[in-house]
Amino acid sequence: MSIFINKDTKVIVQGITGATALFHTKQMLEYGTKIVGGVTPGKGGTEAEGVPVFNTVEEAVKVTGANVSVIYVPAAFAADAIMEAVDADLDMAICITEHIPVLDMVKVKRYMEGKKTRLVGPNCPGVITADECKIGIMPGYIHTKGHVGVVSRSGTLTYEATHQLSQAGIGQTTAVGIGGDPVNGTNFIDVLKEFNNDPETYAVVMIGEIGGTAEEEAATWIKENMTKPVVGFIGGQTAPEGKRMGHAGAIISGGKGTAAEKIKALNAAGVEVAATPSVIGETLIKVIKEKGLYEKCKTH
Amino acid sequence: MNIHEYQGKQLLREYGVAVSNGLVAFSPEEAVKAAKELGTDVIVVKAQIHAGGRGKAGGVKIAKNLDEVRAYAKELIGKTLVTHQTGPEGKEIKRLLIEEGSDIKKEYYLGLVLDSATDRVTLMGSEEGGMDIEEVAEATPEKIFKEVIDPVAGLTGFQARRMAFKMNIPAHLVNKAAKFMLGLYQVFVEKDASIVEINPLVVTAGDDVLALDAKFNFDDSALYRHKDIMALRDYDEEDAKEIEASKYDLSYISLDGNIGCMVNGAGLAMATMDTINYYGGSPANFLDVGGSATAEKVTEAFKIILSDKNVKGIFVNIFGGIMKCDVIAQGVIVASKEVGLQVPLVVRLEGTNVDKGKALLNESGLNIIAADTMADGAQKIVELVG
Repeated sequence: MSIFINKDTKVIVQGITGATALFHTKQMLEYGTKIVGGVTPGKGGTEAEGVPVFNTVEEAVKVTGANVSVIYVPAAFAADAIMEAVDADLDMAICITEHIPVLDMVKVKRYMEGKKTRLVGPNCPGVITADECKIGIMPGYIHTKGHVGVVSRSGTLTYEATHQLSQAGIGQTTAVGIGGDPVNGTNFIDVLKEFNNDPETYAVVMIGEIGGTAEEEAATWIKENMTKPVVGFIGGQTAPEGKRMGHAGAIISGGKGTAAEKIKALNAAGVEVAATPSVIGETLIKVIKEKGLYEKCKTH
Repeated sequence: MNIHEYQGKQLLREYGVAVSNGLVAFSPEEAVKAAKELGTDVIVVKAQIHAGGRGKAGGVKIAKNLDEVRAYAKELIGKTLVTHQTGPEGKEIKRLLIEEGSDIKKEYYLGLVLDSATDRVTLMGSEEGGMDIEEVAEATPEKIFKEVIDPVAGLTGFQARRMAFKMNIPAHLVNKAAKFMLGLYQVFVEKDASIVEINPLVVTAGDDVLALDAKFNFDDSALYRHKDIMALRDYDEEDAKEIEASKYDLSYISLDGNIGCMVNGAGLAMATMDTINYYGGSPANFLDVGGSATAEKVTEAFKIILSDKNVKGIFVNIFGGIMKCDVIAQGVIVASKEVGLQVPLVVRLEGTNVDKGKALLNESGLNIIAADTMADGAQKIVELVG
């Protein structure tokens, strides 16, 4: 088992004919992901990396039966691409694109209300279920199949944590990069809920960073609902306070958002927080040993 | 991106939002000319720097005649103003806003900001204007009111009026205040602002409702569609290295330490700084080369790091996903050769195309210290820098 995606997931790539999308389409295919098509308006009827290209998402879904889309469309057109995926009733749209204007995302979130599609990202590395399905830009070789779920706001820190786990012989179920933008589709709690319900996931690594209140909200949820051990890390513990003009951002979050506050909230929810990013794996191993889960999590 | 108060007020004027009359001046002569043109009895001389707290720091002067305008302008231009937002080094005043004085009856606070908890733009207002609003939020949160805005309907008339009533704006001025808020929201969305703060918003003896100050911050990701806003950028207000970095779409922030960092991804870049600190070192910068960097961009990034005279060593920490390790390696090699690297360089590569990247570095003949992990690299560079 896993969450969100597995070996049966059928994927289309929006913006498939761009250089980055082509490179990663090839990598995803090599990993074994079922890429069934791509979309680039005006390039319908052609092929890219051996998969058919369509003009619209609607058409791509109709012909291929895809249920997930991954979006590599440039920032100026990415919000529109997400809405097109939502309109086509896909189960999930994973948006890799960074630098999408924030107010475009505010509209997208409004558009998504009451619709079926789950959005992951934007500005995220994607989602991977080890040995089954890789959707996004993460390097495949660092993941091994196992029983630890990973969720992170930071792409490269997700790789860092996963790599440490794999090297220590601790495999993963699914790793989800939720992205670092202020307005995004899937939050920590959405992913934690899924991991909590997934019988194959025994423990979770959650990686946050300074700013916003997503980690504090997740901590509250964990305290009340999570039945599995969670280990955390917060990036930016030594980042100096930004040079800011206004105070409006600080007011709306009620003064929250510092690394110290987040660590405090997580600790209060029983989440052990790694002191440095290099010991995320070690910290998880220590905790699962304490809970008697180490042998069950050890994959090699 | 931030802009000056006088630029923000000009923007508000264009949207029919009430502000005092005023003109920008770059010299005492221009200040006097502006004051003559305004022709009011009381003239306010305001330092224009990208930081709040100017009034308390002595950057706002009230002049009763043209001689006083000239004297204050002379005093302020060229002076370094230190406020609670500038840091101890302060900021040099190069521009002044010469503005007509207002007969203030009462001060209020208005702000528009994105609330990432609701994913909506939120209007905030308070009767406690002119003060440090963070302190108000801390001590008396019940005095700050919020209206969450639906992006389809926009800020509605009833929401603006409700806010005005809650803020205790005099009843006969509620419609004026509401018009002000609606205009403010229009600027916010049409120009892709991320923060707009009017502190204070004032009601005058003449029953005007106007902005006495205006702070704008714009979404950098949306600047590509607002050339007019981009033209307002004041390079004097920014760090030279940060300006250089922004030309190449590199996210760079100067820090006080001596270890230059080049990392991909904001999260990993922050974590790298944390790790260097953990081992007793001090980073000279935050630098996220992003996901789509070319060898040229990496070369520029490297040059920017080396242009900082405090840098005694460099730590390159890359976990390639979208960023390919061989591209980073090429950039590092080209830059090291071009600039004649004199300081120790520790490189940690992992991820996409890692073998190609490592091979390139090995064959380069450069004195590069390889690290296996982030912790290993951080320890090595901290030791080498001493």
